[in-house]
Amino acid sequence: MDQGTVGTIFTLVVFVCFIGVVLWAFSSRNKKKYDEAANLPFADEEQDKIKKDNRES
Amino acid sequence: MSEISQAQPNYNYKVVRQFTIMTIVWGIVGMGIGVFIAAQLFAPVLNFDTPWLTFSRLRPLHTNAVIFAFGGCALFATSYYIVQRTCQVRLFSDKLAAFTFWGWQAVIVAAICTLPFGMTSSKEYAELEWPIDILIGLVWLAYVINFFGTLIIRKVSHIYVANWFLGAFMLTVLVLHIGNSMAIPVSFTKSYSLYAGAVDAMMQWWYGHNAVGFFLTAGFLGMMYYFVPKQAGRPVYSYRLSIVHFWALISLYIWAGPHHLHYTALPDWTQSLGMVMSIILFVPSWGGMINGIMTLSGAWHKLRTDPVLRFLIVSLSFYGMSTFEGPMMAIKTVNALSHYTDWTIGHVHSGALGWVAMISIGSVYHLIPILFGQPGMYSTRLVNVHFWLATIGVVLYIVAMWMSGVLQGLMWRAVNADGTLTYSFVESLEASIPFYIVRFIGGCFVVTGMLVMAYNTYKTVRAPKGTLAPDPATQAA
Repeated sequence: MDQGTVGTIFTLVVFVCFIGVVLWAFSSRNKKKYDEAANLPFADEEQDKIKKDNRES
Repeated sequence: MSEISQAQPNYNYKVVRQFTIMTIVWGIVGMGIGVFIAAQLFAPVLNFDTPWLTFSRLRPLHTNAVIFAFGGCALFATSYYIVQRTCQVRLFSDKLAAFTFWGWQAVIVAAICTLPFGMTSSKEYAELEWPIDILIGLVWLAYVINFFGTLIIRKVSHIYVANWFLGAFMLTVLVLHIGNSMAIPVSFTKSYSLYAGAVDAMMQWWYGHNAVGFFLTAGFLGMMYYFVPKQAGRPVYSYRLSIVHFWALISLYIWAGPHHLHYTALPDWTQSLGMVMSIILFVPSWGGMINGIMTLSGAWHKLRTDPVLRFLIVSLSFYGMSTFEGPMMAIKTVNALSHYTDWTIGHVHSGALGWVAMISIGSVYHLIPILFGQPGMYSTRLVNVHFWLATIGVVLYIVAMWMSGVLQGLMWRAVNADGTLTYSFVESLEASIPFYIVRFIGGCFVVTGMLVMAYNTYKTVRAPKGTLAPDPATQAA
C-alpha cells in the first residue's frame, strides 16, 4: 500500500469515528444522563445543604 | 478552618490550599522574571555581565516558572478540587497528595538552582536535567494514581466532563514527558538525548506542541468546564457539545507538532500533515470556546457586576483569538513570514497570559474564599482592578509583538534587485526596540495585577471570621 492509500483509509476511519461520536453524543437516548451529568458541579452543594439541615433539625 | 471541615467533612482541602497559594507566589516570580528579561532585550546592560543573569539562561527559567510552577500549581489545585467535588468523595490518598505538593515544589526549586547555572538539556520546555526529570516523572505518576483513584471511588455514576479533560491532560503529559526526556546521562548534571537529528526535532515538537495542547489547553479546559458554570450559576451551555469537543480535541492535537518545523529537514509530507491537522484543530477549539461563553446565555448581566466571571469569560475570548491565530500561523506560507519572529512570542503570550493565566486567576479568585472559609474576597474592587491591569497588559504585549513580528518577517525577506538581503539582522533588531519597550510596559501591568492579587489574597486569608461581607455579585453559585 502506498502512502496515498494509507492516508485515504486513515482519513475515512477518523471521519467515521467522528460521526460515531456525534451520533452518540446527540442521541436522544442519552439526554437524561447528560442533563444529570451537566448538573454535577452543583450536586454536592445540595448534599451539603441536606447535611446541614439534618444537623440543624 | 474548622468551619470548612464541618461543612465538607469529606474533602481534602489542605492540598488545594497549598497549591492555590503557590500558584500566586510562582505567578509573581515567573512573570517577574519575564519582565526582567523583556527589559534586557532593549537594555542588554541589565545582564550586568554576569553569566547567570543573561537572557539565554533566564529565559528557560521564565518559561519553566510560568508554565510548570504557576500553571502547574493552578492545575494541581483545581484538579484536586474539581475531582473531589464532582465525584463527591475525598481524594484517594492524602499521602500521595502531600507527595505531589512537596515533590512539585522541589522540582521548581531544583529548576531555579540549575537553569541559571547553565545546567540544561537544551530541549525547549524540557530543559531540566535527568535527575529532575526522574523526580517529575515520579510526582506525575503519583498525581495520575491519585486522580484516577479518586475517579474510581467516586460516589456519583457519571464522570463530569471537566474530569475527562483533566484525566487526558495528566495521562498525555506523563507519556510526553517520559518519551521526550529519554536521555543518556554522562554525569549527574549532564545528559544527551537518545534521539538525534530530524527525529530529535520531531520528538521535541511532538512533546512541545502537546505540552501546549494538553498541559496548557486540555487541563485548563477542565478548569473552564467546572468554574465557568459554577461562577455563572448555571450548567454548561451544551453537555453534548462538550463530549464532541473532548474527543475531537484530544484526537487532533497530538498530530499538530510538525508545524513547529516547517521548512526544516523534516520530511515534507510530515510538515503538510502537521499543517492540515493544525487547521482542522480550529473547529474543536472554537466549539469549546463557544460552549464556555454561551454558558452565560441569558445571564450576560452578571458580567457587569462580577469581575471573577469577567476573568473567566475574557480568558475564553483570548482562547478563541489565539486558537484562530495558531491554525493560521501553521499554514506554511504564513509561517514563512511569521516563524522565528516576535509574532510567535505574541501568539504564545495571547494564549499564556490571555487564556491560561486569566482562567487560572479567575478560578483562584473563586477558590480562595471557599478554601479559607470566607464569604468572599477582601475586596471585589481590587479584583476588578486586577482584571483591567491584566487585560490592558496582555493587549499591550500582544499588539507590540504582532507589529514587531511582522516588521521582522518583512525585513528579513526583503531582497535587493541583485538578490542580496536589503537589511542586516541588527537593523531589524533596532527596528524592534520601540515594541520591546511597549512589551515591557505590558508585562509590568500584568505583574502589578498579580501583586494586587497577592495583597487581596493575604487580606482575605488573614481576615478574622465574620468581618468580610459576602459580595452579592459573586454569590450566584
